[in-house]
Amino acid sequence: MQQGTFRVKAGLAEMLKGGVIMDVTTPEQAKIAEEAGACAVMALERVPADIRAAGGVARMADPTIILKIMEAVTIPVMAKGRIGHFVEAQIIESLGVDYIDESEVLTPADDKYHIDKHQFNVPFVCGAKNLGEALRRIGEGAAMIRTKGEPGTGNVVEAVKHIRMVMSEIRQLQNLPNEEVSAFAKNIAAPLELVMEVKKLGRLPVVNFAAGGIATPADAALMMHLGCDGIFVGSGVFKSGDPVKRAKAIVAATTYYNDPKILAEISRDLGEAMVGIEISTIADHERMQDRGW
Amino acid sequence: MKIGVLALQGAFREHCWMLEGCGVTAVEIRKPEELDGVDGLIIPGGESTTIGKLMMEWGLLDKIKLRVDQKMAVYGTCAGMILLAKEIKDSNQPRLGIMDIVVRRNAFGRQRESFEADMTVPEFGAESLKAVFIRAPYIEEAGKDVKVMARVHNKIVIARQNNILVTAFHPELTKDDRIHQYFISMTKNA
Repeated sequence: MQQGTFRVKAGLAEMLKGGVIMDVTTPEQAKIAEEAGACAVMALERVPADIRAAGGVARMADPTIILKIMEAVTIPVMAKGRIGHFVEAQIIESLGVDYIDESEVLTPADDKYHIDKHQFNVPFVCGAKNLGEALRRIGEGAAMIRTKGEPGTGNVVEAVKHIRMVMSEIRQLQNLPNEEVSAFAKNIAAPLELVMEVKKLGRLPVVNFAAGGIATPADAALMMHLGCDGIFVGSGVFKSGDPVKRAKAIVAATTYYNDPKILAEISRDLGEAMVGIEISTIADHERMQDRGW
Repeated sequence: MKIGVLALQGAFREHCWMLEGCGVTAVEIRKPEELDGVDGLIIPGGESTTIGKLMMEWGLLDKIKLRVDQKMAVYGTCAGMILLAKEIKDSNQPRLGIMDIVVRRNAFGRQRESFEADMTVPEFGAESLKAVFIRAPYIEEAGKDVKVMARVHNKIVIARQNNILVTAFHPELTKDDRIHQYFISMTKNA
């Protein structure tokens, strides 16, 4: 019997595909998410919109909050640790959390290096804006990737930019003759072996979710059309007028993304969406997507 | 032959690839009417609460029950096995509830307890089978019409009741297609 193998780690992400992972800050919210059909929850002290508003240093959540959320639901529970903060990750792993998000939503703890994720039994998900970044994270041991988007904005434009970039680089790579692949790998600063694997598969070797700015069922469906395998909703559910209804609608939209009639039906009377932020109004140093290397 | 793969949520893509590798046409099923053209159905792994709620909300529960009553072969992996079980320990979640088994969810533990193991299943020959268990359930009790096909750590992880096949693990995450071949022959004989 073997535990913590890459197949087992990446396998859980395969099971989450076509589903919605929701940010929650209390056991009550976790139950609402589960009831609405979330395939997992992300246990947090504050949702990204509140982290953005509060400023200062954002850290791993209090273990009490994470444990209470784990007790409240039967679906997988994820939790975030800071980029490079392998001790926060060890603490989260020791709690028995199902997936660790090495996340740019929190303030990075290391300005040069990410966590060596191969050292853990619990799998990691990491954010990426392009193919090189995704493959560097997978090279470090990440078993799941998500777009970075711009968290806490309710504005999907950055997530769209990131998935379009990854997909367009994959298409470009597939058209290269083998002798040009090594130079391509060097240009995107990614391990050659993984680049060769992507060329062969025509996709990332792990599951790739959308995250960062998804606020409506239509946003979720758009990201699925663009090639994402599933959806993270951060502030979009519990910062909206009617979280229960909106959460259910985003779950259905992720399944029926290819059916505009169903999307129209589930998009009706959802109440207020979260207030959005135009990206150009965010100062460069406040952009979470630029964290990570 | 056409085999449907319930595509509401979960690892349906891998089952489609597996079926196509076996020379069978795979059809993704999201609506009740899409079941009309298929000879068998796979309910994949994923989150059983999510899949169960979507099945109920979008009218698939009754349609699948009806088709299985009319002898359509059905195969559930992991979440699929949970959804086919008559009884789920400590849970009243929506389900098909058509197989005479009692299952326990996340029975081997959380993700850090997830594992791969080699096992032998008499029906599939002497060569061992790589089984991948992810937050997996197992069968605690099986009714008299249920044939237990293999156990891991002394827990029932493959079973069959007439035209219903279930595994607690994920053959679709490996290259070994013996279970899919077995299900295809069940579908042919149904």
